[in-house]
Amino acid sequence: MELYAHLHQVLKQIDGFIYPNEVELHWGMLVVVYPYLTGLVAGAFILASLERVFNVKEVQPTYRLALLTALAFLIVAPLPLLSHLGHPERALEIFLTPHLQSAMAMFGFVYAWYLAVVLLLEVWFDYRKELIVWSRSESGIRKWLHQLMTLGSTDLSDDAVRFDHTAGRVITIIGIPSAFLLHGYVGFIFGSVKANPWWSSVLIPIVFLFSAIVSGIALMMLIYMATSILRRKPVDMSCVDKLASFLFYALIIDVSLEMLDFIHRLYEAEESIHILSEMISGKLFVSLFVLQLGLGTVVPLVSLALFSPVLHKRALVPVPDELRRMMYWGVAVLIQLGIFSTRWNVVVGGQLFSKSLRGLTAYKMQLLGLEGGLMSGFLLLLPFAILAFLIWLLPPWPEREVTMEEVARARK
Amino acid sequence: MQRIDASVDTSTKRLDRRSFLARCVAATVAGGPALLDILPVDASEEEQSQPRYGMAVDIDSCIGCGRCVDACKAENGVPLEPFFYRTWVERYRVREDGVEVDSPDGGRQGFPSADAEQGQSQSQSQRSFFVPKLCNHCDNAPCVQVCPVGATFTSEDGVVLVDHEYCIGCRYCIQACPYGARYLDPVTRTAQKCTLCYHRIKRGLQPACVEVCPTEARIFGDLNKRSSPLARFFRFHKVQVLKPHLNTAPKVFYSGLDGNVS
Amino acid sequence: MPQQVKILAVVFVVALTALTVVRYISVPDTFGDLGHYRAAAVDSIAVLPIYYAGERACLDCHDDVYDDKTQAKHASLACETCHGPAVMHVEDEDSLPHIPSEREHCALCHAFQPARPNGFPQVEFAMHNPLDECIDCHDPHAPLPDLSEADCGACHGEIARTKAVSHHAELACERCHTVPDAHRETPRQVRPSKPSRRKLCGECHDRSSSADDAIPRISQTEHEPEYVCWQCHYPHFPEAR
Repeated sequence: MELYAHLHQVLKQIDGFIYPNEVELHWGMLVVVYPYLTGLVAGAFILASLERVFNVKEVQPTYRLALLTALAFLIVAPLPLLSHLGHPERALEIFLTPHLQSAMAMFGFVYAWYLAVVLLLEVWFDYRKELIVWSRSESGIRKWLHQLMTLGSTDLSDDAVRFDHTAGRVITIIGIPSAFLLHGYVGFIFGSVKANPWWSSVLIPIVFLFSAIVSGIALMMLIYMATSILRRKPVDMSCVDKLASFLFYALIIDVSLEMLDFIHRLYEAEESIHILSEMISGKLFVSLFVLQLGLGTVVPLVSLALFSPVLHKRALVPVPDELRRMMYWGVAVLIQLGIFSTRWNVVVGGQLFSKSLRGLTAYKMQLLGLEGGLMSGFLLLLPFAILAFLIWLLPPWPEREVTMEEVARARK
Repeated sequence: MQRIDASVDTSTKRLDRRSFLARCVAATVAGGPALLDILPVDASEEEQSQPRYGMAVDIDSCIGCGRCVDACKAENGVPLEPFFYRTWVERYRVREDGVEVDSPDGGRQGFPSADAEQGQSQSQSQRSFFVPKLCNHCDNAPCVQVCPVGATFTSEDGVVLVDHEYCIGCRYCIQACPYGARYLDPVTRTAQKCTLCYHRIKRGLQPACVEVCPTEARIFGDLNKRSSPLARFFRFHKVQVLKPHLNTAPKVFYSGLDGNVS
Repeated sequence: MPQQVKILAVVFVVALTALTVVRYISVPDTFGDLGHYRAAAVDSIAVLPIYYAGERACLDCHDDVYDDKTQAKHASLACETCHGPAVMHVEDEDSLPHIPSEREHCALCHAFQPARPNGFPQVEFAMHNPLDECIDCHDPHAPLPDLSEADCGACHGEIARTKAVSHHAELACERCHTVPDAHRETPRQVRPSKPSRRKLCGECHDRSSSADDAIPRISQTEHEPEYVCWQCHYPHFPEAR
């Protein structure tokens, strides 16, 4: 039957013995896209918090952009999950009758908390005065949208603006552990499955979190440089250099954690070591050693260490700004590739070997359909479209920020 | 004749009586519960009437004919394609240089006969046997733990079931099952697995796989009843469960389980 | 209180109310009655249709066949093991269940496979009367043909074939195993004996034995005295290593 054609193909690619029900690989491309997207959210937000809470002045140009990026990606994040469900129309059950023992159910609330209390409130407090001022001087649909978003707020007094600032700071402070929780929790959803020795690990939530930070910072680098080009504005080199140094440190921590997991596994050499070694030296070789470790970690680390002022005020091998920018482009893209491979290696890798520990199967991704490759590609591009809309709706550029004089004028 | 001096140590007597009484109280407090254990006490009505279903598998009796797999698919409407099984049979061939495991179409049409395997060079075989597998209806089921909406649950009589009108098809339970007992039903697009033929056992019948097994390798019964065939089986067989280190507390017990069974 | 806080408080209360209303409308009635699940699900599973009627249903009409079967070798087989799901036959007599007659059906259980337990009756199907139907000689409800004259190899085929090409080919099974007559009737309950002492092998293989000179001899007191012979020498094929 055509419905099962891809499964019949998998039958021919089985090595060793797998349980008969394991021919169908259940969590495919869509479930790889999901942690990739939530990782970017957590990473972008933590970057934004660097400016707000730790007063890292150099990355100020990216602050509002990072918030909008986090929001755009967070809106898309549940869509791959919805598309993957057998019954998306019943998805609301997770909120109506959540099973408190289930990590997946509790994640629904972590997500809702993060979206409502952290991101939406943060954006509202940060843009509130702009929304009021803009809605008074604009016309047409922008005026109505901005007015709607003020939620009826009209107070432009100094006290109110100061309250906005304090509230934003408090929310960001709450937001940092919330961002940790958001993506660490996704790691826990995998890490708590004792049936799967590739997933079941205490380190998975931490590794997920740091790789999320890495991917988020790299993404912001890309978006900042891309939007600067599109707006024909010069790239602030001190900003991207600072982003690069945070990226470098996050990458060091990330790779240390991954190495720790790897060494620990090899050293303890538990029962699953045989089939897992077979898997990573065979089916997962390219995505693990070439993409995740080689191109996604070692090449960026070496490039940043050599050509970027991450260790000292001057780089070890100083290069002109233009070259460094190109290097940053390359590094950021490779990191996206590397982190996406990381998610692939965890999600798909965990299902390529049998729970009998005696065999390996294959993943046949379909192109069409709600769970196909095209859908995944669409969901990876959608956040950028939403970001473009958000940038139009809430311009994050420093020159569009409302000054205190404009606020005073609007008060009258 | 000795004169008994009644005046001597009357205090001791009283102390003796007091200490004797104290000891009585202590004994009752300490030994009372033990006494209660000896006395016949009726279990509460509820405990006795609620069954707790389980199953036993006698590996030494299984001949790998696959009738159980076939009957299960027929009884429960499981698609015949070789990707969906509520129960299946594995064959283990232990050789000097390793173990070979296979389960062609879950064993549903038996296993290839010895004739068909001529010419396969193998090292010296030590022993080989069949192992029927099914959902273990764990008392501490990881699949029930991870279901986000409460669509899979353990019934009051110990059977792990799936609610097809509530399941959202997220497949977390399929990932969480260490035994590979679950699959996604392609028609209802919900998680699916062995139900111990709940619709049969509630009407006093045996599960389909137990009904058709020609060598009585599968035994079904009520773990709470001393009169069930399971109780007799446990008296005569040393039993094990699959993957005990995961602490899932399975209710399917295997006799004759080889260490190589995974 | 800052205006922002008042506004947000209103938004929060409205959202909470809406969520609560949605929850009470949408959650199914029986959810939570017995546990964190829809109690009605148990009932709907319990009334699913049945396809295998169960042996007792057959007994009502086919008690003669049933009596034959319970006294014969296929007593542990349910009727539907061979005849397949038969509930429609219980409801409508004319709707017959499957009545298997081809050799492939019997081969499902009785074709020789090394993984099958010792003592389970098996034959090499390609060699065992390949041109006949099984049911020509074996009544499916009382399948055992008269075995009183048959040798051990009828059930212990692999052992018989292995021994037949070994140095012990001429040895009768009874030379080393004491076989009670009841073993032919209830093979698993009544077992033949297995040797337990080196002395048995020594009756032929010890230097002091009066058996044929061609038989290889060792000194029982010097040759690995702490082991029993069959820890190294497989008795049915002793020349193997």
